Parts: sequence; C-alpha cells; structure tokens
Amino acid sequence: MIPFTYERAQDEAAAARAAASTPNSKFIAGGTNLLDLMKLQIEKPQHLIDITHLPLNRIEATPDGGVRIGAMVRNADLAADPRIRKDYAVLSRALLAGASAQLRNMATTGGNLLQRTRCYYFYTPGLPCNKREPGSGCSALQGFNRMHAIVGASEACIATHPSDMAVAMRVLDAQVETINGQGQRRIIPIADFHRLPGNTPQQDNTLQSGELITAVTLPPPVKGEHIYRKVRDRASYAFALVSVAAIVERSGGQIHSARLAFGGLAHKPWRVNAAEQALRDTPDRPAAYHHAADAVLQGAVGYGHNDFKITLARRTLNAVLTPTA
Amino acid sequence: MEMSKPAGHNALDDNRQGLIGKPLDRVDGRLKVTGRATYAYEYNEGGQASYAYIVQSTIAKGSIISIDSAAAERAPGVQLVLTYKNMIAQGPKTKESSPQLHDEKITHFGQPVALVVASSFEQARAGAALVNVRYQQDAGEFNLNKAKVHARVPPPNQQAPDATEGEFEAAFVAAPVQLDVTYTTPHQSHAMMEPHATLALWNGDHLTLYTSNQMLAQAQGAVAKTLQLQPTQVRIISRYVGGGFGAKLAIQADAILAAAAAKKLGRPVKLALARPQVFHVTTHRTATEQRIRLGTDKDGHIQAIAHESWSGNTAGEDFYESAADQTRSLYAGANRKIAHRLSTLDLPVASSMRAPGEAVGLLAIECAMDELAEKLNLDPIELRKRNEPSQDPTKHVPYSTRQLVPCMEEGARRFGWNKRNPKPGQVRDGRWLIGHGMAAASRGNFLRPSKASARLDGDGILTVRMGMTDIGTGSYTIFTQIAAEMLGLPPQRVRMLLGDTEFPAAAGSGGSFGAASAGSGLYDACMALRGKLASAAGFNADSALFANGQISDGGQSKPLVELVGAGLEAEGEIKPGATLKQFSQQAYGAHFVEVGVDMDTGEVRIRRMLGVFAAGRILNEKTARSQALGGMTFGIGAALTEELVVDEQLGLFANHDLAEYHVATNADVPALEVVFLPEVDDKANPLKIKGIGELGICGAGAAVANAIYNACGVRVRDYPMTLDKLLGGLPAQAA
Repeated sequence: MIPFTYERAQDEAAAARAAASTPNSKFIAGGTNLLDLMKLQIEKPQHLIDITHLPLNRIEATPDGGVRIGAMVRNADLAADPRIRKDYAVLSRALLAGASAQLRNMATTGGNLLQRTRCYYFYTPGLPCNKREPGSGCSALQGFNRMHAIVGASEACIATHPSDMAVAMRVLDAQVETINGQGQRRIIPIADFHRLPGNTPQQDNTLQSGELITAVTLPPPVKGEHIYRKVRDRASYAFALVSVAAIVERSGGQIHSARLAFGGLAHKPWRVNAAEQALRDTPDRPAAYHHAADAVLQGAVGYGHNDFKITLARRTLNAVLTPTA
Repeated sequence: MEMSKPAGHNALDDNRQGLIGKPLDRVDGRLKVTGRATYAYEYNEGGQASYAYIVQSTIAKGSIISIDSAAAERAPGVQLVLTYKNMIAQGPKTKESSPQLHDEKITHFGQPVALVVASSFEQARAGAALVNVRYQQDAGEFNLNKAKVHARVPPPNQQAPDATEGEFEAAFVAAPVQLDVTYTTPHQSHAMMEPHATLALWNGDHLTLYTSNQMLAQAQGAVAKTLQLQPTQVRIISRYVGGGFGAKLAIQADAILAAAAAKKLGRPVKLALARPQVFHVTTHRTATEQRIRLGTDKDGHIQAIAHESWSGNTAGEDFYESAADQTRSLYAGANRKIAHRLSTLDLPVASSMRAPGEAVGLLAIECAMDELAEKLNLDPIELRKRNEPSQDPTKHVPYSTRQLVPCMEEGARRFGWNKRNPKPGQVRDGRWLIGHGMAAASRGNFLRPSKASARLDGDGILTVRMGMTDIGTGSYTIFTQIAAEMLGLPPQRVRMLLGDTEFPAAAGSGGSFGAASAGSGLYDACMALRGKLASAAGFNADSALFANGQISDGGQSKPLVELVGAGLEAEGEIKPGATLKQFSQQAYGAHFVEVGVDMDTGEVRIRRMLGVFAAGRILNEKTARSQALGGMTFGIGAALTEELVVDEQLGLFANHDLAEYHVATNADVPALEVVFLPEVDDKANPLKIKGIGELGICGAGAAVANAIYNACGVRVRDYPMTLDKLLGGLPAQAA
C-alpha cells in the first residue's frame, strides 16, 4: 500500500468530478477487493474517494416494471430483497453462491462488477502479468492455469472474471448507469460493460477514467425457471470453475426459450446468442442441450490445467437444462 | 521420574474429584473470545516498537547480483533496510540454527532477501516495495517425480529410513494375490490462523522474543546458536499460539530478523508475516510418491507388504516425510519392506505438518487396502481383521494397547456399515452417486523429557510453571485438571503459567506428545508436592488422600493452606524409559464416511463422517473431541482440496493465499461424530493417556477417498481428488 489521500464525496456528481480531476484516484465502496489489492501494491491509487455514504443504496421499481439497484446496495441486502428473490431469483442465487457471508455484507453492487481477476500471477507482484504490468508477459499461459479462460482469451491474457453476480446480471440483460466528471450520465448494457482482454488486458471494462457507477437496472422480470449453478472446488468461498446462469421457459415437452450466461469461462460473463437460438422453440431433449453446448464452446481451447473445463461446462449445462424429475 | 516400567495405580485412577475426563470448558476460553489473550504481535513491551516487513525473492534459484535500497531508505518513516550485506553476525547454517539474509544465494522462491523497518507497519510495507533486487537465475528442479532419479537415503528421522523383515521380493512374487499401486500426495500448507509473528527486545546482550512458537526450549537453543549467544541470553515467550500444526516447531525468519533489526536499531521491533508470505517464508508438508505392494494368500492374509516413499526437500535439509513408518506396525505379514528416499527440490523448506508420516502415508496404504479388499472380494473391515497382528511385526514386542478391531467394529455398528453396497456406483440419491468408505487410523505415541514446578501458597492458589505451550489444543485446561485432581483442589484454584523459557523446560507442543510429556512432568511435580504436604501434616504420603482442599489420612483431615507456611514448592520431571522400547505404542481408530458425488460435475460432498478412536485415557472429553474434529476436518481437506500447486516454470507455490489454498470450509464439513473407546495405557506414561492431536487426521482422507470410489467407481491415486480427476469416469449423460 502506498500512501494515499482520502475524501468523502458529497454527492455522486462531486465524486465523479473529483475522480476526473484527481490523477490516479479510485472510488472505494465495500473495499473487499480494492484494499487487498492495495496492500499487495497491485492497485496503487494515490487518492481514494469514499462513496459509501452516498444515497445509492435503494432498490426501487422502474416505470417499465423493472428494478433499479443503487450501486451501494450490499450484496447481502440485494440477495435477500423480496422482489429480487421472487422476480429475479437467478440474481439472488448467484449472489449467495459468491464469496462468504462476511464479504457479502460489505461488497456492493457496483463494486462487484469491478472485481479484478483472481489469476494467481496477477496476485503475485514481481512475476510477469500483462494485466498488472502491461507488456511484462503472461505467466499463466505456461504456468498453472486451472481457473483460467477457455473462450475469448488472448495471447496476452487468459484470466477469467470472478464475479457470480455479473453472470446473473448478464443473463438478465442488466444495464449499468454511470455519471462522469462532467456530470454526463450514460447507460451501458451489461454485454458491453466487461471486455475481452485482447492486447489491453489491463482494462477490465469500458468505464472511462473517473466514471462512477450509480446504479444497475434490470428490465421487467423474465418468465421461466431461474437457475444458478456454480461448480467449484469446495462448497463455499471458492471461485467458479464453471457457473451457469439460466432462465428456461418450457412446457409440454418443448423449450420455448432459454437464456444462458456462463462464469469461469472467459474474461467476462459469457453469453452466446447461437446457443440460445438452438434452444428456441425446440423439443426438450438432450440433443438440443448438446447443440447449445456446441455453440457455447465453439472455439474453446484449454491451456493444460484447465482443459477439463470444456467437458465440465458441457456437462454442467446439460445438468442445468435437464428437467428435474 | 523415568518411564522405566508400566505405571502403577495412582491418584488419577482414583479420580476422587472426578476432574479427569470431565468436559471442562477451556480455562482460557473467555480470555480468547474477549480478545484479552495476548498473542505475540499484540505485546507492547519495551516502548514504541518499530515495524518490519520482509522483501521476498522473486526467483527460485540463483543469486543476488545487486540490491538497491536507496529509494526504500529515503521513504517516509523507514529506519533501516537490512540485507545480507549489513546483517548482524550469525552462526553457520546447521540443524539447530536458522540464519537469515546469510549471503547472496537464493535457494527458493519467496526467500527473504531484505527487511525494511519503519515507524509504522504501512511505511515498512511501502518501503519494502521500493527495494530493487537484481538476480542471476539458475535452473531449478521443482518436480518430485523428475527428482526421484537423484533421490538419496536420508539420515534417520524418528527411526531408520529403511527396514526389512523376511524376504519381501520373493514372497511378493509368490503371492497368489498381488496389488502394486502408486499413490501421490501434493505439497500442503499448515494454514494455521495466526501467521508467524515476533516482537524482539534487547536488554544489553539479553534478547527477549515474544513469538508464536510450539517448542520453546528448542527455539531458545536455535536462536542462541543462530545469533551466537548463550541460551541463557535468550528468553522466549509464547503464552498463546494461534495454531501451529508443525509450522511453528522450528524458529522461523520472523524471530531472527526481528532480533537482528532490534539489535541494529536499539529498539523493539515487531515483525509479522503477511498471509501470502507464510507459504514461501516458512515450511510446508512435502509432496510424496508412494509405491505400495501387497501380496496375500487367497484368503487375504498378507504374506508380503512393501511401502516405499519418496519426498523432497531443499538442498541441505535432511527432513523427509516418513510416510511408510506406520506400515511397520499396522498389519501382520512376515515379509516386509519399508523404504524412504529424499530428493532435492528447489522449493521452500519442507518439515512436519500435523501427523508427519501417517497423515499422507495412510492416504496411500489405507486406499491400497481398500483396493486389495475389492480384489479379494472381501469386506474392507474383514480384510483388516484377518491381518490383525498379535505383536508388532517389525519390533517384535507387544503393543501397549491396540484396539483397532474394536474401533472398526464399534464404528461399523454405529455407521450402519453392513448396509453398504460393496459394488461401486450402485447407490443414487437424485443426481448424487452415494458411496461409503472406511479406513484405519494409527498414530505413533511419544514421550519426551519435560519438567514442571508446582507451588501452593497460603491463599490456597496452586501455581504451576512450565515452559510449555498451548497451541489451541486445550493444554491450559487439561493441565489445570491434572494439577487440581492431584492436589485435591478446585480448578479455579490453579494458576497455570505456560509459554516462557524462564519456567522449567517442557516438551512443547508437537507430535501429539505435549499432553503426555508435560502432563507427566506436572504429575511428577504434583507427586513431590503431595509428599511435602503429607510430611508437613505428619501423614504418610503413600496413603494420604487429597480432595476438597484437604489432606486426609487415617481418619484425620487438615486444610492444605494451613500446611504451606510461606509457600511450598516442588519440581518434577518425566523422562522416557524402557517402556518405549518394550512396547509398540500407537493410538488407533477407524473412520467411516458417506460421500455424494455429483454425477454430472464430479463435485464431492461429505454427507456423514464418524471417527471411533482408542487413545488411552481421555483427560477432557470436550477438548479431546475438538482435536478429533479438527483432525477429521484436515482429512477432508487432504482428500478433496488441499494442494500447494507448484508452478514448475517459476518454482513457486502458485496458490499462496487462503482464497486459493483450499482448506475445508464449514460448508464442506457435515456434522462429524466422534467416539472414544474406554482405554488406559499404563505403558505410555503415568497419566495413562496417548496423544490425540494428530490421530483424527490419520486415515480420515483415505476413508473419504474410499467412499468416492464406492460412490462412482473412479479410483483416483493422485490427491487431492478434485472433480477434474473424476469427470472422465462419471456416467455418460444422455445424448
């Protein structure tokens, strides 16, 4: 941790203004990831803008029948919200599959989207990592890459995004609301929020410098069964090897529609349109599940320790889509 | 006293106050849960301390070309940057010493290469990041299997590394039924709650270390050797230790570096390892490769048994994982071969971790026994019963006690073992494949020299002093029970002082010998004090009884407080003796496990687990049960998740934090059942107890592994049994 200055923002516009005008500054909310990274000097902000007391902690209905979730709503509160549990169960389940009770009490909706990868090498200063030190190389390519990406990776970076919540947000077509230093607001569809690594893996998302997340909005509820299946190495407090967020609408031996997003596979929550097309108005049979898996895993490649994820993702998707007896 | 013959009937057998065995709450429990138990880093003796932070090597092997510490020295608050160039004088590296920042040589990744000391912890840590070290990097060997070709016969550990009985090779080849399997276990980390930490304080040429250590007398010697002092110049204080599991047996870098910095600066220095540093700066359990060969007749009687184990350690280190040692005495068989080999790996130093030897040895032999039972079409318990030895087949002496068969039988009855389907993959619960497995537990029993003093004052308080530690096991509590029972006092009247080298030297906590050794030293001191009290009362020491604060004999009673004058004190000591050689001493047990294996993903979840143990007299039902629960939980971790993964390009443990080094969480551990069978072992020590700190882990993981096989029919011989190793053998999904 390097010495840093600190301020409490008065309101969201002032927070964004301060961030835009102060070089090397960061917002701090729950701090569950940022503080760890600062201690290891993986993040080295010289100025912290505390947004924890801003009135961004409400969950409210939107005029179109959706929900607007303030950026400061804690993961524990969001997971327990009656409306989220009833109408957006996939989100509640994903949240509860993440981290630990203590972390969920602190972690916020906005902060969760901004979690950084848990790649072992990103977490080991002194070793090459293009995400931490652009241009230094990727230690995971030839190293231990059990948790790493099998789709959407690049030679520069094969890291995965660790969030469970973001995977559910992706399947729900959430939208991220922001404000920048000039006071301009914009809405970023979740699909465009996280990035693939390409040649600039140091950029996890499409936020601009100083841009503050103020809320995440969910469209009106999506009909169907809401499923979040997280496969991990232990029963709690482990990141997903593979996770599937699914909303499946079926009846009478037919799947009418299915939405699918995956965690643990890529640098961002992974959603493939062709997979969902393969399940649109189709007989509810394993052949259809396999077609969907083919589409999800098209071009998938392992790097050694994570080869098993290709099989695991297919089997997990099959299990998710197979109707419970 | 010396344990030269079996202990006779004594006051603990009488247990007149009923304190022995009682599930007494921990006497230090309230202090701990209210934060008033002071751990090493929390002391503020000697005034305002400076704070130190270690700079670690980012290469695994090679040497330092240059260290540029100018920026760090200019950083706010920084008082000192210590490197090998300005380190204080140290003795050479020996078995007993532990020099730090010794020279430019790098022997493993994460090795301390500099220490930054500053006014605050944050300044020290920030300064540490400014130290610029350049290295010349050499190729290293990080793979045990590849290093095997250069393996050597190590010097003896507890016993000689090799042993043979009869003609193993010929008997194995001739055996009608043969099993030849190789199991591997990974590097593991102790992952105790409290990281290593020290406050170092000099008074002239006398050094005091408030540190977190399991064996104080050994630590005192090691610090003295390393810093070229007399042991009397070194005082070690470890009143509370937040877990050790072997990681704090030896003195570590925090103690030596804090002492060096404190000397340089002339002020107290505090040094705690950050959690990610613990994995490379301190020790770990080495990986093993274990080949097991079992040859039996058609009925399953073992005719030939071989257990050969390879492990690794840093160059110059002789410690090896004695994974085959329990196989010397576990089962019958006339023709036997035990062998240990040690390979040099360019990894951090490997050393003892909870049940060194047995913990990973039983992961192999107890799965091999399961494989053999299947091959013979025998129930795994029946196979073990058929190979129950009448005496130790290697030492050729009787067992002091051996209740393996009763443990298995009691466990089978409680668990419902007879309902198990021996054919794998047959039992389902929804999408879960259900399996049941068992394994035997065996852990060597030890006794070490240990001293104690006991003093009764006129206020009726009995003060006990021992240079002993309580590493979270409940030592304070059981010693309180022993002292109170011996002197006939309520536990509230006992003041138990541990954790200081100023006190009589005690065995320390390690190898499950702490309770037996220090407890026996205490017993001896209490016996001596009883003698003095009897004499003061004019009673016969042999017939006098102690209860309710009174001594009584021949119908007469006197309050103890009236006999002590200005205080009566006695010292005591236990020395191991002939019974160690005359009897084969182990604690035994049996584990039973029910697992579910997800038939789609291979995720394993423990559904039920039972451990039945016979470990001599139980001093405290509650703390003993906690030890068993902790051991069984370790076993679950060893079977399913725990692995320090070596990056073989860079030579580091890639997953060096508690997010990625996966110990079992609460959600991984169901309600565990623990049963102790009645037992007293009069050959072991005067308390007639055996060590239980490590027994719970022994065999636990093997029972899990055997249950996994029974659930899904996939036999994994490479721990831990993560789901990727099961995926290929799971039922095909509908196409």
